[in-house]
Amino acid sequence: MSDWVFYLFALSVLMGGFFTVVSRNPVHSVLWLILSFLSTSGLFVLLGAEFVAMLLIIVYVGAVAVLFLFVVMMLDVDFAALKAEMAKYMPLALLIAVILLMQFVMAFGAWESNAAAQSLRAQITLEQYHNTEALGLILYDQYFLLFQLAGLILLVAMIGAIVLTLRHRQEIKRQDILAQMYRDPAHALELRDVKPGQGL
Amino acid sequence: MDSGWDESDHMVGLEHYLTVAATLFVIGVFGLFLNRKNVIILLMSIELMLLAVNINLVAFSAFLGDLVGQVFTLFVLTVAAAEAAIGLAILVCFFRNRGTIAVEDANVMKG
Repeated sequence: MSDWVFYLFALSVLMGGFFTVVSRNPVHSVLWLILSFLSTSGLFVLLGAEFVAMLLIIVYVGAVAVLFLFVVMMLDVDFAALKAEMAKYMPLALLIAVILLMQFVMAFGAWESNAAAQSLRAQITLEQYHNTEALGLILYDQYFLLFQLAGLILLVAMIGAIVLTLRHRQEIKRQDILAQMYRDPAHALELRDVKPGQGL
Repeated sequence: MDSGWDESDHMVGLEHYLTVAATLFVIGVFGLFLNRKNVIILLMSIELMLLAVNINLVAFSAFLGDLVGQVFTLFVLTVAAAEAAIGLAILVCFFRNRGTIAVEDANVMKG
């Protein structure tokens, strides 16, 4: 049973990845990418890493993929022209992919796990806690500085993205708070005595 | 696999997950070279490669019984999200200035 679920998820991860790369329509690419992320979180659930699986859905599907979709739809780009040159790069891409895959296969063939692997573990998974609880226990305790650093990275990324995309257009009327505060009714208003039938 | 890896109740072993991750990584590299001009697909390929790395980390973490792999996955996830945000911001900036996202135009500043 669990085997078939694994093969289902693995197949949809790889299929999603492949069609993300070769799809002609970038919106379809993003949707295939979302399929790939969702299937990967299924794989993580099979591995017993529930927290990371849910985080993958929240962060990747909920934030990153939607950001991609937003940018794809916002930019008015002629994607057909960009994709037309895909055939030109196909031989080189295939060559590099095949070479890399062969290297992985060779590395995999030569790999054997260290006999001392069990004793070299840094944080042994405790059986009495759930995955989320156990992760929280070591994340907020022994990896607290790294955790803070991750927050700092996100802060820098947020400020960077805002600064990069902020545009100060001149022709738009803006609120000038200082001017509002220093506005003096004595200068702003003028009382005129309008005679009947004459106007100003 | 005779070194005491915990795969007692798993028919699907560590090798299966490593194979999926390696193939996904190769697909990501393939996408990098296939879409040389389209920065959006380039960023998606990078996300795929980071996802492959995450699969590797979580698979080793689960089969070895060592939680540090999953902690590290959280940090990879953070950096990937930050990278996507900054990359797309640069892309929007580039598109605003040049009206295209073809990265081969991006070398106009070379001396």
